[in-house]
Amino acid sequence: MTIETPDKQQSSRFQLYDTNLHSRLILGSALYPSPDSLSGAVKASGAEIVTISLRRETAGRSAAKDFWQHIQKLGVKLLPNTAGCRTAKEAITTAQMARELFGTSWVKLEVIANDDTLQPDLFGLVEATKELSEQGFQVFPYTTEDLGAAEKLLTAGAEVLMPWGAPIGTGRGLMNPYALKTMRSYFPDTALIVDAGIGAPSHAAQAMEMGYDAILLNTAVAKAGDPVAMARAFKLAVEAGHLAFQALMIEERDMASPSTPVAGTPFFDLEKLD
Amino acid sequence: MSLGTINIVGAGILGLWQAYTLSKAGFFIRLFERSDEPFQTASSRLAGAMLAPYCESEASQKDFIPFAERSMVLWQDSPFEISQNGTLVVAPQRDKAELTAFAKRTISHRLIQSDEIAELEPDLKGQFQQALYFEGEGHLAPRPLMAKMLAQIQKAGAEIQFGWDAELPEADVTIDTSGMAAAKRLQKLQRNLRPVRGEMAVVRLEEVQLKRPVRMLHPRMPCYIVPWPDHHYMIGATVIESDDSGPVSVRAGLELLGAAYTVHPAFGEAKIIELNAGVRPSLSDNLPKVIVDEGTIYVNGAFRHGFLMAPLLAQIVADYVKGGQEIEDYFQ
Repeated sequence: MTIETPDKQQSSRFQLYDTNLHSRLILGSALYPSPDSLSGAVKASGAEIVTISLRRETAGRSAAKDFWQHIQKLGVKLLPNTAGCRTAKEAITTAQMARELFGTSWVKLEVIANDDTLQPDLFGLVEATKELSEQGFQVFPYTTEDLGAAEKLLTAGAEVLMPWGAPIGTGRGLMNPYALKTMRSYFPDTALIVDAGIGAPSHAAQAMEMGYDAILLNTAVAKAGDPVAMARAFKLAVEAGHLAFQALMIEERDMASPSTPVAGTPFFDLEKLD
Repeated sequence: MSLGTINIVGAGILGLWQAYTLSKAGFFIRLFERSDEPFQTASSRLAGAMLAPYCESEASQKDFIPFAERSMVLWQDSPFEISQNGTLVVAPQRDKAELTAFAKRTISHRLIQSDEIAELEPDLKGQFQQALYFEGEGHLAPRPLMAKMLAQIQKAGAEIQFGWDAELPEADVTIDTSGMAAAKRLQKLQRNLRPVRGEMAVVRLEEVQLKRPVRMLHPRMPCYIVPWPDHHYMIGATVIESDDSGPVSVRAGLELLGAAYTVHPAFGEAKIIELNAGVRPSLSDNLPKVIVDEGTIYVNGAFRHGFLMAPLLAQIVADYVKGGQEIEDYFQ
């Protein structure tokens, strides 16, 4: 008998826009104790995409070029984000600056409605997605699990959606697993990435088990006691979750179901017979 | 008799400690500073100058602590007066998870309740339910201290040159502590020195009297308030990857001053004395290094740790220059 091992790389390959990728973990580059710990975490995570934020107030200058060069040296694909933007207009301007600076048409689009929850402003998000898609950007909108908004984002030109697990930085995991499952079933062919709110590797595994294409996180690794070790923990969790999804998990049952059939077992319930 | 002549470039806190330690060790010191007036361009004048080995270990590797502790002892043994009243770390009620997280990542603290907070800082009575108290930490006011060090170094017989932009005279050793000005020379030694922008405010407020630095944790805008002499408070500091040393942005100003207001509403009535920005010379692990290149020893990359680590860095250089003692791996 031969045991078939699926070609690991073949089976886990996926696409975001036209880019082929293996790693299903995307890391943010903010909040690390030092550039060295960021590089260590990126390497340990196996991430092929790293998000990078552009502060509008310093974007016009050479500004953070040392830091950006440090990230570029890691040989990963950059996903510039519009973190902290409060209006569609601001986000569009930031995206344009990022395209010029980093030479990529990818943009993680954040339009933030509220400073306390950092929840996406869905109206501004749809507006900015439409405008940026028309300008040739490949937009990764940070959204909620709202299906109506999701459809509008796809119509506006997005090919990837990034629903939140929980508000940014809270580390609370998947607050609404039901809605995330529904979203996955509703858009079976769209690349879906859970972005924000992940705290523990098990949260990431849970989203991957649902069939999400990838996980984007930052704080959970950057603010961990040992970011490099935590990055590896997330790498393993994301792989485990995805492998579990591919392997088709059993359904939950109400009644116990023995893993070893008992009927016909010799000496079964012998004590009772005494 | 002098053991030899040493040029020291840069009269920030690193250069001052080098000059002080090496002149005490018996060397003839010449201290060269680019700015015309003392401390005009030194990042040190904008520093929080907290001597906080434990709080700072939150953002550094764990092995930072023993070195920082050794440097603390050198401060304590020096003739320069430091305040040793510890540090209070607080968080707004809604962000109290930050306090738990901070406690988990640091050592040498204890969780205290509102009554003990009021005992330590009577003016903070009722402001916070819980705080972390780091008893073994200290702080100082950077500007008066640097002036005192400069006078002490001068008294010890060192030559001090301000407004220096010429070639250095012959010396047995040159110690370069010139911060970002050394970036190009360090690049040749494969060390990438980068600037990290920091913005700070100085306010004057008589109504509130704090005895120790208060750090307020916040997911977006952590800040600290350090008591300076004469009812002044230093409020710092942003940490932004940028080479911009230009004026403070409105956003940073709002955040810093707003954070102080959260610590105590009386800060709403404080007078703004200064809003200032500079860059911290930083290496890729955000820890200071001693880099030897033939006759020149670079002491650089202090990031946020200049005041805390300056005495130990001076001790290490003195041991190397005097006794040929190897520079510890940690600082290479």
